[in-house]
Amino acid sequence: MAAVTASTTRTGIRPVRRRLSPGRIVAWAVMAVIILVTLLPFYWILRTALSTNSALAAHPGDPLPVDLTTGGFERALGLQSTKEAIAQGGAGGGLKFWRYLINSVVVSTLITVCQIFFSAMAAYAFARLRWRGRDKVFGLFLAGLMVPTIFTLLPNFVLIKQLGLVDNLLGIALPTMFMTPFAVFFLRQFFMNVPREVEEAALLDGAGKIRIFFRVMLPMASTPVLTLGVLTYITAWNDYFWPLMVSYSDSSRVLTVALAIFRAQTPQTGYDWSGLMAATLIAALPMLVLFGFFARRIVSSISFTGVK
Amino acid sequence: MTVASSSPPSRLPLDGVTEARTKPRTSRAGAREGRGDGRLAAVFVAPAMLGFVVFLLWPTLRGIYLSFTRFNLLTPAEWVGLDNYVRMVHDPIFWDSMKVTVEYVLINIGVQTVSALAIAVLLQRLTQSAVLRGIVLTPYLMSNVVAGIVWLWILDTQLGIGNEIIAGLGLDRVPFLADETWAIPTIALINVWRHVGYTALLLFAGLQAIPNDMYEAAKVDGASEWRMFWRITMPLLRPVLAVVLIMTVIGSFQVFDTVAVATQGGPANATNVLQYYIYGSAFGRFQFGYASAMSVALLVVLSAITFLQYRLTRAGQSDLG
Repeated sequence: MAAVTASTTRTGIRPVRRRLSPGRIVAWAVMAVIILVTLLPFYWILRTALSTNSALAAHPGDPLPVDLTTGGFERALGLQSTKEAIAQGGAGGGLKFWRYLINSVVVSTLITVCQIFFSAMAAYAFARLRWRGRDKVFGLFLAGLMVPTIFTLLPNFVLIKQLGLVDNLLGIALPTMFMTPFAVFFLRQFFMNVPREVEEAALLDGAGKIRIFFRVMLPMASTPVLTLGVLTYITAWNDYFWPLMVSYSDSSRVLTVALAIFRAQTPQTGYDWSGLMAATLIAALPMLVLFGFFARRIVSSISFTGVK
Repeated sequence: MTVASSSPPSRLPLDGVTEARTKPRTSRAGAREGRGDGRLAAVFVAPAMLGFVVFLLWPTLRGIYLSFTRFNLLTPAEWVGLDNYVRMVHDPIFWDSMKVTVEYVLINIGVQTVSALAIAVLLQRLTQSAVLRGIVLTPYLMSNVVAGIVWLWILDTQLGIGNEIIAGLGLDRVPFLADETWAIPTIALINVWRHVGYTALLLFAGLQAIPNDMYEAAKVDGASEWRMFWRITMPLLRPVLAVVLIMTVIGSFQVFDTVAVATQGGPANATNVLQYYIYGSAFGRFQFGYASAMSVALLVVLSAITFLQYRLTRAGQSDLG
């Protein structure tokens, strides 16, 4: 299983030799191409978003923004009047951007905070508490890893509908709010590796196990929890299939779903590429910023643990 | 996450501590001692257990049950035995979408695994730069929806920069997403763009476990990088590669978002992947029973593939003592 752990000790030991051989030059050239393919689409989003649709059609190959404008962003944010938007090649139906942004934030935060907290609690119980049937229950959780998420979506939709939570933010968050087998499994691995002496010292100081969990174990797990948290947040933020199933109206629409609808509102004149790229950028920006803050820690703590 | 506990510190008997040290991992130890941490554990596991039972275990069982029923969501499910499965076996669109899905997975996983491996090895042997690893991961921050829309634009036949470059090279413009032959490979490659960085970082993490001494020793013996890759990297990375492969194949089979955004299953069902067909059956035609039967089929296929891969690649065994 792919995972994130705090062990990054190995990095940095390696002596890096900086002798330039033909092989290394070729390797760097390949690396440069990879970086280019990775990053150019982002530049192209920006370049398109800052251009007008008519200029885009006239100069499709121009590397710079053509006929520089913020019209695309205004349309995506719903700041333009319908008439204005249609005149500039939009569909007229803007995004209620702030509404969707808030919805995305609420859903992703709810999922991330609750899922990781509850998973950490369970993981601690599986790793460090002694109780009857522990290994059997954990085995059951592990078996849950084998069920593809997508298989549970249809029955979960039926359930959410019966609970009357369709078109409700809670309905979107609920299925992944309590746990994922992966989060439990991964945090358990971490807790298992915490030296027992740490816990025993706290016990001798008179701390109870609840206190040890909150005051000793959780703080020690801050790096894996942070990495898991950011990855969970990104996953929740980017999820499309499940919110598409359970949300019907603006009140519960998240950014991914809104974006797909915006894309489907093709005006008579062809796609509103400028507006679409602006909307795309706005939808993706929060994750880029979030990642920007934690990138170094996350990148060096994405690691690997085998399921045995 | 900062959570404070308000509970007063409670004392545990010292023999409980030694017990924990000498018999750490067996559940029997707790049973022998009597109560163990039973009540506390129940509280700690309860929320996760609730989520597990209600949103994972129960839906799985219910999904299997629904596959034997006729169910349109409005009236109660009606037991029809194997009808849905009989229909599935005789449904040409089902087989067609299965074929399309397999084609997608082969291209997606083939290209992605080779590229991710190349990136991981380059990151390992060339530089340890965390910035580069961050850059490689960037597309993963985008949703499939965003990736789909962006590439739809870049590959647009008339206005896309991709086709501008192709035309600039004097070649014919390619209607990547509007052509029956090109659509699936294109979607497969779009998803490679989004996921390859994450896969590469997982493999990179696996590479970190290979002792550097091995490369140093091989270098002293005059081995080339190419030879070291095949003689050291590949054999030692195998268990990690195997697990990554199992994970990515399972993920790949569930492709939906990109298709929904970029092609809606078209042109002429050329990208009607299984998950898209299932979604259409459930939410377009309200045949939840039939959709569930196809989901079960996918589940069976995935389990079989996972099992086979696990056996063939000996994923559970490590060569690194």
